[in-house]
Amino acid sequence: MHNVRTIAGRQFRSYFNGPIAYIVIGVMLVVLGFLFWETFFLFGKATMREMFRYASLINYFALPALTMGLLAEEKRTGTIELLITMPVTDAQVIWGKFLGVLGLYSVLLLLTVPYCFSVASLGNLDWGPVLAGYFGMFLQGAALLAIGLMMSSFTDNQIVAFFGALAVSIFFFLVDKFLPFMPSGLTGFFEAVSFDAHFESMRRGVLAFRDVIFFVSVAVITLMVAYRSLESRRWS
Amino acid sequence: MSDLMIEARDLTKQYGPATALKDVSFEVRKGEVLGFLGPNGAGKTTTMKILTCFIAPTSGTAKVNGADIFEDPMAVRSAIGYLPESTPLYTEMLVLEYLEFVAKMRGFKGEDARKRIKKAVEQTTLGDVIAKEIRALSKGYRQRVGLAQALVHEPPVLILDEPMSGLDPNQAAEIRDLIKAIGRERTVILSTHDLGEVQVTCDRVLIIAKGRLVADDTPDELRDRAGKASYFVTFKGEGADAAKKARDVLGDVPGIASVRQREAEAKDELLFTLVPKDATDVRAAIFQAAVKNELVMLGLEKKSEGLDKVFRDLTTGDTAGAAAATKSKRDAKIDEAREKKKARDEGKKSAADPADSAKKSAADPADSAKKSAADPADSAKKSEASKGAEGDA
Repeated sequence: MHNVRTIAGRQFRSYFNGPIAYIVIGVMLVVLGFLFWETFFLFGKATMREMFRYASLINYFALPALTMGLLAEEKRTGTIELLITMPVTDAQVIWGKFLGVLGLYSVLLLLTVPYCFSVASLGNLDWGPVLAGYFGMFLQGAALLAIGLMMSSFTDNQIVAFFGALAVSIFFFLVDKFLPFMPSGLTGFFEAVSFDAHFESMRRGVLAFRDVIFFVSVAVITLMVAYRSLESRRWS
Repeated sequence: MSDLMIEARDLTKQYGPATALKDVSFEVRKGEVLGFLGPNGAGKTTTMKILTCFIAPTSGTAKVNGADIFEDPMAVRSAIGYLPESTPLYTEMLVLEYLEFVAKMRGFKGEDARKRIKKAVEQTTLGDVIAKEIRALSKGYRQRVGLAQALVHEPPVLILDEPMSGLDPNQAAEIRDLIKAIGRERTVILSTHDLGEVQVTCDRVLIIAKGRLVADDTPDELRDRAGKASYFVTFKGEGADAAKKARDVLGDVPGIASVRQREAEAKDELLFTLVPKDATDVRAAIFQAAVKNELVMLGLEKKSEGLDKVFRDLTTGDTAGAAAATKSKRDAKIDEAREKKKARDEGKKSAADPADSAKKSAADPADSAKKSAADPADSAKKSEASKGAEGDA
């Protein structure tokens, strides 16, 4: 366990030694602030729902930028070799990487909390749904980050990892947007795997067990694939 | 515990259809500095990656410090300090920060970790740059950070993949001294394609070519193994007839395996190189034969082969030929092309300055190997990988 913590800690700090964390956090906050506040006064309601909607949309595009380097860059520079030949298991490496980027994502979420206080100062904000919304954001982000980590484990090229993660993320976002055009037998499935559908209820403040299980499952499955992919170097 | 630190048994590694390593077995004892020598792509790095449990062999196994790479990879990794090729480091970190990370990963905390880092920093004389970002360091310093990283947990075994490549001679000398100092207490495996380095640094040399182990000796033994000296004879004379006569005379000398004419220093001189059948000195016989046949001898010189000639023979000769067959033919073709290019370049050079090149060939034994590539007939023969008894091998 302490290995996972050490790897996660190094990963987390390394984001702040380079520009990526600042760029992603900066861009995300500016875009989110603009989208949210531009329409906030039109609605005239003290609710965070719209912020969660925009933030979850931005996640699809922004989070692959955080995960693209996780393993791809280590493979390109060869540092993965030093990391893995220390007394750690491949699973610990994957967990460490995942928790490291999840930590950064948590910081990003925390930085949006001031918006809530702003709204609370303008009206009567119900904090219950806000907490549910953040929980949903956390789960949706975790699943997206796991997908990104998986894509990063497939390649030693960050750009490939970025667009691969983007493609998969967008698929899970769009999958229930074209239901009328889909073969009728598959609509149930497409609805069931849609990120948006599962996030939607949490955004409204409803915590459903199935939504939690869905995001956790996506994260666990993709992390397992990433683990297999990392391990496959031994046998290739 | 025995003093057998590394025990590799029949390591074979297959990358798809290509065989990177074929039945490689060797042992390394405590306190030995073992040089892993071979051309690029011979399988040095693959062997090291297997020993450090980064990749698994297709078949065969190895034990490091008594632990099996399959059964107890964590114990193997704990026993090894590893410096991979080209020293990959987290360049955005400070040197100290990085070493702290490594110490933590190795399971050291607090005061213990601090002491170990301090010791590693002192050993590698990194004190001046400890607060710098790794990316700002020169190649030599990076290499030292890589070594420090491998030393933090004071492992009984150090595996260093090309620790001296890309360093300038001063840096290389520093790293070499460092490795020698470390090697007094620990078992060290280092890979290189630099022969001088092996001669200076290593107690024992494994030569690996095309995935096979072709030699396992001390540097001195290896040189003895080549054993046979070659002889350089210069006669006065000019033209094809004189050359033929001299050649015949030399060919009749007992104990001579082959005679080859070389480009001489001056126009009216004939230069020959002779390869003897064994290690017996044949200078007297050559002289007597010359006198008997009224040849005017201007020079007679005996030269022993250097380690690089042995290396060339072992890695391009018949022993490797068998393995070459299993490896892709493309490799052979590339080698051939390289050989030809070299022959052409050498040819140009010697044409431009014949006196100089001839002087060199007589004066420098190491050059004789290069020179043999200059002879186009010779290089063609080599590319057939069938240079046998009558070749100059």
